[in-house]
Amino acid sequence: MPKELVAVVGVGQTKHQATRGDVSMAGLVREAASRALADAEMTWADIDAVVVGKAPDFFEGVMMPELYLADALGATGKPLFRVHTAGSVGGSTAIVAAQLVQAGIHERVLTVAFEKQSESDAMWALSMPIPFQPPLHAGAGGYFAPHIRSYMARSNAPDHIGILVALKDRTNALKNPYAHLQEHEISFDSIKDSMMLWDPIRYAETCPSSDGACAMVLASEAVADRSSKPVAWVKGTAVRSEPTMSADRDPVLPRGGSDCAADVYRQAGITDPRRQVDCVEMYVPFSWFEPMWLENLHFAPRGEGWKYVEDGVTQLDGDLPVNMSGGVLSSNPIGASGMLRFAEAALQVRGMAGDHQVPDARTAVGHAYGGGSQFFAMWVVGADKP
Amino acid sequence: MVIDVAVIAFAQMPNVRAETVLNEVEMLMPVITDVRAKAGLTQADIGFTCSGSTDYLSGQAFSFVSTLDGVGPWPPIQESHVEMDGAWALYEAWVKLQLGDVDTALVYCYGKTAPGPIHEVLSRQLDPYHVAPLWPDAISLAALQARQMIDAGKATEADFAEVASRSRRSAMNNPNAQLAFDRSVADLLDETPIVDPLRKSDCPPITDGACAVVLASGDRARELRERPAWIRGIDHRIEPMALGLRDLTVSVSTRTAGEKAGMAAAPVDVAELHAPFAPQELILREALGLDDHRNVNPSGGPLAANPVMVAGLTRIGEVAQRIMDGTASRGVAHATSGPCLQQNLVTVLEGEG
Repeated sequence: MPKELVAVVGVGQTKHQATRGDVSMAGLVREAASRALADAEMTWADIDAVVVGKAPDFFEGVMMPELYLADALGATGKPLFRVHTAGSVGGSTAIVAAQLVQAGIHERVLTVAFEKQSESDAMWALSMPIPFQPPLHAGAGGYFAPHIRSYMARSNAPDHIGILVALKDRTNALKNPYAHLQEHEISFDSIKDSMMLWDPIRYAETCPSSDGACAMVLASEAVADRSSKPVAWVKGTAVRSEPTMSADRDPVLPRGGSDCAADVYRQAGITDPRRQVDCVEMYVPFSWFEPMWLENLHFAPRGEGWKYVEDGVTQLDGDLPVNMSGGVLSSNPIGASGMLRFAEAALQVRGMAGDHQVPDARTAVGHAYGGGSQFFAMWVVGADKP
Repeated sequence: MVIDVAVIAFAQMPNVRAETVLNEVEMLMPVITDVRAKAGLTQADIGFTCSGSTDYLSGQAFSFVSTLDGVGPWPPIQESHVEMDGAWALYEAWVKLQLGDVDTALVYCYGKTAPGPIHEVLSRQLDPYHVAPLWPDAISLAALQARQMIDAGKATEADFAEVASRSRRSAMNNPNAQLAFDRSVADLLDETPIVDPLRKSDCPPITDGACAVVLASGDRARELRERPAWIRGIDHRIEPMALGLRDLTVSVSTRTAGEKAGMAAAPVDVAELHAPFAPQELILREALGLDDHRNVNPSGGPLAANPVMVAGLTRIGEVAQRIMDGTASRGVAHATSGPCLQQNLVTVLEGEG
């Protein structure tokens, strides 16, 4: 039995910044959701169901906050669903929302992801001592730095690759009015000279801590066909998870990420991602993850992802633009970060990405990962109806 | 276009007041092993895995990450997690099975309710700016609801006691129940209320627990289980959290979910309702049109064992088990979340023939 088609017909996001002290959590999610509805030319009453995603509840100190947000998200009397799959959650949430349409259960689903990091302290939330588990007192950077070192050793990548990624993403962010970091003075040297936090990760190669939300309206074929604006057709969705503790596991180039990419390309009919994909938004919280994911997601041969960075392939005007929005390196409302990747992919194929639009983008990939690189969510969206 | 999906196996750990030796992973692993064995499947045979839990019980961000390791997700699996009761994890798995890409799913959930002061912990769900700073505990909120029932002339304290007495008496037939005994209504009414009008007997026990379900679709379900418990309808709805915005004596969202799930199409011979507080069973019975209480919560329900994040999926499992056993042919299972029945899920299950 064929699945119903599903398309992104509305996208909205907040201005991401360190502290959105002007709004409550309800105000934050409503800002993104209202913009998505306006883009979709819909009202709250048009929505059949709401799917909410965010990262650990300790990041704001509210247990299952979607319960409190139910009326702010217009969900009264409707189904409201809450997804939590670590850092990949924004992507997984969009996929759950898409499936509600693909299964023919609903016609118009609002999906929202958010984080209001200023209300709590993510570093604290990640650092609670748990008996019999290795402590994570240094936050995520300390966890991932050895993975990056390993990648550098395996691929013989030169030291400056991470700096090039950070420079590109932060420069792209200057074209995105919603991006948190707007560093007009940034340069190769300013990144190189920034403080070394977790060798080899410098301060300027690290994602910021942001308040922000992202929302999308996903709609059935019948609804999408009536849209007055271009829509983004969902051509494939995939998730993969693997163990945290396993001798089989390679956290540098995880099999889960590789399997996830292969699955989503198969669904979208992509056999040569390097040539058939026009642009990619991937989850790069620390600069070096761009070359690592280029390899893990089958865009570059093993050991050569860093060469794409060095050769400018992933620049906004390159052959395979990556993180046109500025990426996680420029805005990181954690729970929303995955959905922002998915939403940017949709904006690109709709031709609605503003100053960071890739000309004639027809096929785009959105990617999110989480945990210690063991949770993956991806989708492929296209301008052409499948 | 609906793909028929059935529960083909259910397993639970015996509910206990406090599991002080095993951690969440160790609690869950025998349950997962048991449910897969009952379904005749290994993890490699399972198309989709989905779990439900909350970090606020374990006191740890990303607590579900460790329990996933207990499943053995290698090679990498298609998996998801909801920060909701396991009943909603089952809903996500049911949606996934509707897509036809996979035909089996493992659903599990766990909750160590005992380590923290659960009734205060649950206050962390409330409006974080206006209500949560006052730390209203879950028993007090349920007492407000109970008081409204009495004030509206819909129930008496004796009606609450009838629910409490019957639940623990029914639980005497449930080897997994935590509270199982025969105490009369008069005996319960002799208790002094702890938060007027609620007595201790009207409140759920504090429980550590875990349970799991295997779903299968179409012919795969018939292949794996002689008498699958078919999900004929499943729907969930939410209401605003603020108590002042709702008539707490009725459950509009349960009624809507019941209608959407096709509850009214035929009578049910078993109902498992996730009513943690005794007065809430009366509200749910009215919302679902269950006039006869004799077949309500034969397991004892949440008044006999209430592992938070687990008690909802347990209701589905208890109904499904009776259908698989052939002791019931059509049943309804209900799950709730949020203060005073804010969010509700209704599942209608049937046997074939």
